[in-house]
This record gives sequence, C-alpha cells and structure tokens, in this order.
Amino acid sequence: MTTRLDTRFADLAREGRAGLVTYVMAGDPDRETARAILKALPGAGADVIEFGMPFTDPMADGPSIQAAGLRSLAGGQTLKKTLEDIAWFREGDAATPIVLMGYFNPIYIYGVERFLADAKAAGIDGLIVVDLPPEEDSELCIPALKAGLNFIRLATPTTDDRRLPTVLGNTSGFVYYVSITGITGAATPDFGKTAEAVARIKRHTDLPVAVGFGVKNADHASAVARGADAVVVGSALVEALKGSLDAEGKATAGTVGAVTGLVGSLASGVRHARKAAE
Amino acid sequence: MNAPLKPNSFRSGPDENGRFGIYGGRFVAETLMPNILELERAYREARNDPAYVAEMASHRTHYIGRPSPLYFAERLTEHFGGAKIYLKREELNHTGSHKVNNVLGQILLARRMGKKRIIAETGAGQHGVATATLCARFGLECIVYMGAVDVARQAPNVFRMKMLGATVVPVQSGAKTLKDAMNEALRDWVTNVETTFYCIGTVAGPHPYPAMVRDFQSVIGEETRQQMQEAEGRLPDSLIACVGGGSNAIGLFHPFLDDPSVEIYGVEAAGHGLDKLHAASISGGKPGVLHGNRTYLLMDEDGQIQEGHSISAGLDYPGIGPEHSWLNDIGRVTYLSATDDEALEAFQLMSKVEGIIPALECAHAMAKVAELAPTKPKDHLMVVNLSGRGDKDVPQVAEMLGTKL
Repeated sequence: MTTRLDTRFADLAREGRAGLVTYVMAGDPDRETARAILKALPGAGADVIEFGMPFTDPMADGPSIQAAGLRSLAGGQTLKKTLEDIAWFREGDAATPIVLMGYFNPIYIYGVERFLADAKAAGIDGLIVVDLPPEEDSELCIPALKAGLNFIRLATPTTDDRRLPTVLGNTSGFVYYVSITGITGAATPDFGKTAEAVARIKRHTDLPVAVGFGVKNADHASAVARGADAVVVGSALVEALKGSLDAEGKATAGTVGAVTGLVGSLASGVRHARKAAE
Repeated sequence: MNAPLKPNSFRSGPDENGRFGIYGGRFVAETLMPNILELERAYREARNDPAYVAEMASHRTHYIGRPSPLYFAERLTEHFGGAKIYLKREELNHTGSHKVNNVLGQILLARRMGKKRIIAETGAGQHGVATATLCARFGLECIVYMGAVDVARQAPNVFRMKMLGATVVPVQSGAKTLKDAMNEALRDWVTNVETTFYCIGTVAGPHPYPAMVRDFQSVIGEETRQQMQEAEGRLPDSLIACVGGGSNAIGLFHPFLDDPSVEIYGVEAAGHGLDKLHAASISGGKPGVLHGNRTYLLMDEDGQIQEGHSISAGLDYPGIGPEHSWLNDIGRVTYLSATDDEALEAFQLMSKVEGIIPALECAHAMAKVAELAPTKPKDHLMVVNLSGRGDKDVPQVAEMLGTKL
C-alpha cells in the first residue's frame, strides 16, 4: 500500500532534495488562526505537516511547545476538534501528508479503535506518539498499521545499534531522528554527529530519515538537509507564532505571516542545501 | 501479550512487561528506554547480590534506625472503644518519614551503576529531604524539582534540603505542584540521561519503578508481621494507610496480600469532597496514561490531566501507583477517602490523645480509623501506618486553625 508519505518522499528523492517537515500546534493560539496557518503551510514550503495534539503534561517537550499546548487547551481545543481541523484542511489539499504528534492519554481516552477510524476518515496519514516506545506497540502502533496509518517512531542518540532494529521494527512512513538527548527546542545539535547518526540508521532501514530537535533557522536546516531526507522544525515555528501575539496572547494580523515567513526561509535553506554542498 | 500472574498470589506482579493486570507499563520517550532497561537489569542483579542486600540492611539499622516500633496505641484504642490499634512508627525514621527506606535502596543502586548525579521530584518535601540526606551521606550531587507552590507552603523542608547541600529547583509550569515537578524531573532525565539517576519517590512511573520502590518499602510490612507475632502471637486483622502515590501503603500491605484474613484499606485525599476539588484518583478518577504508567488518574473527558487538591502536599498528585489500581479492581484492597476537614480533625485528636503529631498525610488514614475502629470487636487487631511526622505541617495547620505563630 502506497501512502501519501511514501509518495511525497519518493517525489523528494526524484527531485534530489530533502523535505521540510513543519510542526504546528492545533488550536494555537486559537482554532481559526491555527487552521489558517495549517492551510498556508504547503504554499509556504512545507512538504510534510506535523500537527500537534495538545496535552497538559508533555514530558518530552520544552517550554515553547508546552506553552503552545496550554494556549490551545485554554481556547477549548479537543482531540475531536483537531481531527475536524484536518478534515477541513483535506477539502483543499489532497496531497500534503499530515502526521499527528502528541501523547497517548487523549487518544486512549478517545478510544483507540474509534480514534483510528476517525483519524483515517479525516485524512491523517501517520502518528507520532512520544510516550509509546516499541515495548508498548500493542497499544496503538499495531492497530494503527492495521488501519492503514503510518506509525513514525523516534530514534535518539541513546538508541544504539543493538536497539535500533527494535525501534525500526514496526516503523513506517519515515524515521524521526531526535538529534539531541533532550527536550524539544533545546540545544542546537552537532550537525556532524547528526549526519553520522543518519548514516548509521540508514544501514538498518530503507525508510527516509527526518532529523529534528534544535533546528532553529535556515542555516541549521540547510546543514541538516545535506545528509537527511527531511528536516523537522517545530519549536522555532511555535516561537515565531508566540512572538506575533499581542499583549493578551491573542493572534494579530501578523501571526499567520510570522509562521509562513519562517517556513519560507527554512524551505529555501532546505532546497539549496545540496546545491550549496556541491 | 501479557503473561498471566502466578496463580493464587497477589504478590508476584508485575509481569515481564511491567504490568499489574492492565496497569503499569513503560510509557516513556524513546530517549529514556535504554536507560530504563539498564535500570531494570541493574536492579535485578542488585537484589540478588548478597553484598547489596547486606549493605542495605546495615544502613537500615545504623543510619535510618530500623526496625521502627510497632506501638500499641492504648489511649486511641480506649477513645474509639473498638479495635485494638497499633501504630507502625515510620515517622521515627531518620528524616521523619518512610521515604528514606526507598531512597536508600535507590541511592545504593545508583552508586553500583556509577551514576553521580541524582535528581528527584518532591511534593511535601519529605522525599526531597530523604534524597538530599542520602546524597549528602554518599557525596552525590542532588537536584530536587519542586512545584513553586509547594516551595512556598513547605518552606522548612526546602531549607532542610538546602542545608543538606541539594539544589532545589522551583517549577513554574502548570499548577506548580508535584505533577509539574515530575514533568520537569523527566525533562531533566531526558536531557541528562547518561549521567543521571532519577530517584522516584513513590510506587509510580515506568517499570521497574513501581515494583522496585514497593520492594524497598516492603520492609514496613515485613517488620509489622514479625512484630505483631511477637506482640499478639498472630497476624493483624486489618491494615490501613494513606495513599497519594501509595508507597507507604504498598510497603505495609504487600507482605500481607496473600493472607485472606487481613482486611486492607487505603485512604485517598478527598480534599473539599469527591464532588468538588480532591486528589482521590481511584474514588474519583479513571484509568489513563501519565508519567510512564497506566493507572487511575484525575482527568477531564478529553484525557487532559487535572490538578489534584489536598490539604496535604504529599497527597495532591493526580495519579496513584499502578499496583494500587490493580488491587482496587480485583478487590483485594478497599480504597476509601478522607476530606481535608476530616484529616485536620484527626490530626488534632491524634496529637492530644497519643502525644504524637502525625503528618497531614497520615491524618487521612487516622480519619478512617476513627470510622472503622469503633465498628470492630475489641480483639480486632488494626495496624495504622504512621508514615510521617507532622512537624513540617505545624505552620500550615496553625494557619488553618486561625493561630498566628
């Protein structure tokens, strides 16, 4: 079965360039603005979209994404609304892959079977659930694969060669390499080490490898894109959004542009990376 | 799938996946998994190593001051006019609570694993103080995460930790209480996983923590068995303990789970009442996934975690250890709850009648003793786990009673 993610990564390989994966939080800072951002992302240069499901206790996320989740929840965002937002996006875009990213509890409470059916119907392509390691695959990963959704796993610097096959076992769509041992939006990684890690993962799998955590600007994105199949940017976009809010934390006329402007710059960095390296 | 537990025993869990029935597990980020698997291996080796066991036994005797007495509370018994009430005096341990039993085990394990940086989270500060104490004793770096609200309401414990050389980090995120301190400790661990040992303070978190902490705390119940045999020549008829995360309770309960004649009660914090703000995860929550395990949690209908409320900073965690969730579902332990007001009343009664000022946490258990003891015959032997002393709560209680210190 060929999924939207497979198609998109095949297209990128044909074009000879890395992809840009952008993370934004559903419902942040309000539902309408988050929808406008979602809709504008492909045009701004996003090849794959990660849409954050807000959670009160995001234990692997840094302050930026944690705050974004709390803004979203304060505005009344729910998992049901997040799925509806994607169905709405799909009405105007049938090609851009969308991956939901978040934590397990809201999905568990929604009900795994019902969630997978609704996610599939909404046009979601894959799931990244941070607190479900391979040891807990029976919870969601295996049912998701059966339902025809990709399950994208995080590999980290602590995932050694002995453990990599376990991590890659049920992974599909792409592998998300977390470039640092740390939370989102933390330190800038050592891009030399990142490239080595991507090469190491590629010895174990044919899946595309996307690299994220700590990528903040076009130069970082360009550096990562030389060796990886895609670059993931999240906290920097969430920070750009936050910087555009007014004193009460409400969206302004500049909010959508603040995000798409940075996406455009990152996309340019990603697109020129391999040419620059030649 | 999960292998069934050994038949006819409530004591053989968790299974190899770290589950007690559907509860427990390892719901953590991939970054932590290699470390958690390493910890599991290290603990398995240590518990079978006579040198580790002997070292722990020696420190229990000479540093903590174990065994703690099993004290016949004659005046309380007379006061209630029913069951014969015994108090297991964990508040007499060095540092003032049962927390030190667990911290000793974990710190000795951290030393074996070569980890020199210890992190912990704390609510009331008892676990933080115990961790700071043993880090001082063994010359280890100690960082304690504590919600900013708790830092303010437990000032004496914060000062104690600093005196002991620990760094106390006030956590400003969320509701600034224990749940947020645990998130922040997990973030630290994700960031510094190679050098750092996370000393969890209760029987929650990813496998192997719930089982490991239970094993360290089971010394409470093991001593109680022996002491009750010596005092009365038989097993107790009932056990009762307060439950936040539930480490003091499981420590008392576990060695008795396979004795069907022993009634077992856990007491959660009902705060302002179960229909208002409270911290009773079993009585007022439902199963969900947080902080590495599946267990009963306080949450809204969308799976977002809610803050617990209790007069006691040690009980206001919105979850409970997974083994308790399982013991509740299979009916081996009965979980009750006591409100802030009931706890405050029991706090004063206990102080006046026995000359023992209990921690507000155990005052919750005492509140239910006040209900249960009068209904039992005079030959009924009831053991209450007095898990901590109330010195730390004196300023807070004074304020609630309208007294200016």
